[in-house]
Amino acid sequence: MRRSPAYRGMTVLWCAVAVVVFVCSVFPVYWMVKTSFQPNSEVRSTSLQLWPETWTLRNYETVLLDPGRTPFLPALGTSLIATTATVLIAAVLAFLAAVAISRFRFRSRRGFIVAILVIQMLPLEAMMVSLYRVLDGWQLLNTILALVLVYTATVLPFTIWTLRGFVDGVPIELEEAAMIDGCSRVGAFFRVTFPLLAPGLVATGVFAFIQAWNEFLIALIVNTDPQLMTLPVWLRTFLALNGTTNWAAIMAGSTLMAIPVVLFFLIVQGRMTSGLVSGAVKG
Amino acid sequence: MVQTQVPTAASPAVTAIAPPPGRRAGSRDRRRAGALPYALLAPATIVVLAIIGWPLVQLVILSFQEFGRAQAFGQPAEWVGLDNYVGVLTDPVFWEVLGRTVGFAAVCVVVTMVLGTLIALLMQRLPTPFRILVSVGLLLAWSMPALTATIVWGWIVDTEYGVLNQLLRDGLGLAQFDRHSWLIEPMSFMGVAVVIIVWGAIPFVAFTVFAGLTQVPDEQLEAAALDGAGPVQRFTAIVLPQVAPILVIATILQIIWDLRVFTQIFALQDIGGIRGETSTLGVYIYQTAIAGGEFGEGGALAIITMAAISVASIALVRRMLRADS
Repeated sequence: MRRSPAYRGMTVLWCAVAVVVFVCSVFPVYWMVKTSFQPNSEVRSTSLQLWPETWTLRNYETVLLDPGRTPFLPALGTSLIATTATVLIAAVLAFLAAVAISRFRFRSRRGFIVAILVIQMLPLEAMMVSLYRVLDGWQLLNTILALVLVYTATVLPFTIWTLRGFVDGVPIELEEAAMIDGCSRVGAFFRVTFPLLAPGLVATGVFAFIQAWNEFLIALIVNTDPQLMTLPVWLRTFLALNGTTNWAAIMAGSTLMAIPVVLFFLIVQGRMTSGLVSGAVKG
Repeated sequence: MVQTQVPTAASPAVTAIAPPPGRRAGSRDRRRAGALPYALLAPATIVVLAIIGWPLVQLVILSFQEFGRAQAFGQPAEWVGLDNYVGVLTDPVFWEVLGRTVGFAAVCVVVTMVLGTLIALLMQRLPTPFRILVSVGLLLAWSMPALTATIVWGWIVDTEYGVLNQLLRDGLGLAQFDRHSWLIEPMSFMGVAVVIIVWGAIPFVAFTVFAGLTQVPDEQLEAAALDGAGPVQRFTAIVLPQVAPILVIATILQIIWDLRVFTQIFALQDIGGIRGETSTLGVYIYQTAIAGGEFGEGGALAIITMAAISVASIALVRRMLRADS
């Protein structure tokens, strides 16, 4: 298109709007980090301070080490165990299922595909009633196993769906060529197709990680024991326990919880758009 | 897979290794099935059946039973037929909550879709450095966990030390916002909740629609411009039809997500200290079943909620299946 003065004028305008959009998107994140490094006295000042005058790590000390509060480290431990186990189990189960759906034609294949899509749409928020009762009946309340099971089941439909696309993307002719060269079918699959699925496994693993790490509702109702709280539930105790809210410490806790998610998110961001269209990953 | 239905948003990894679609469909049939695919599907199926299927059956059963605190401690649960449903549907509070949930979701969906689409259109017109700037900002907002985001926004609108009141008071000289409580009034509370949810949801819509826009061929737009079509006409006649499928799917997803909202409302109630007149269906189920111990009634509520959401879900599943086949 021609670059007329009017066109350039519009571009300047769009750039100005872009800066506004950027500021609006980033401001809460900036404000969280900024508050987390400010002394509480400065946070509790009535005058407007867009940049901290003094920087401090006191809030992180409070969050990590203060014995008077529900401790951070056990919550971090619970979250790490539950998340890692979910990622590993979901990756293996989803991988097997994705191969079945992608590489084989069998009766009820279509049924499985429909089931995957339908289950993905079930609102866990409504399921909490009976999920709580069922887990109670299995003596699984206040166990990390309960979280792992629930998280695995909830991420499975999405991970199967995504991985299936990756398996579809590897032409079967590659495997057949390897079989002609003397590989067994299993050997051909693991030597040829499997390595090509690595990006898919990473992507789905990260999806599962983010889901399990952020999950709040189930962790809230299933694990009430302070020693078995996950990070989101731990973060919430900060809100509930403090009469006079220590915002600086809460922001430090929020920052700690958000860091791994932001990092992982940036890793897979290229696949987020395409992946998310297919399902309910972030609500 | 998604890529088939939104080819525009295909990930680089997939498109790089994917063969032309026609080739693999035929070759897949060459494999003889037997029991192997079922064995491969078994572990995932068992987990899903145990953790989602079985509780789903239990949910239906619960919704027809008298199941309160006494039953939770061992008393046998009595069958009460449709009593729970009648109880829920004749409770004016339920209708209030339902109306609030639907209205809230409608506002969130409309605002998110409009702003998200506008930002996508904006990104298309930006020089690269500014486009990267916007993308980085959106990514940061997108990656924030819902709970953390809610807490941060709660701090921003804090009555005494919140930066919003400070900005309005010192920056714009609006004295009435000194110590203004944003979370006391239900309408104001819901307004803050809309901001939190829209802020978190816009990036997804903006990136998805932007990916769709980049697939609209420039030649078509230029040809239309030469033929005398104005910017509005070019948008409605050429761009809109091509991104429409993406807009529809994104809208349905937003409807489902916003009807399901839990964390943001729940945490904001913690921060603001009010629970009445601000609950949405998800939070109401929690209050009835988990906090109130009325599992039977909570079950009926859950079934009704699922039915409401399934209207949107079915539309989405059908679309995805059509794209898949």
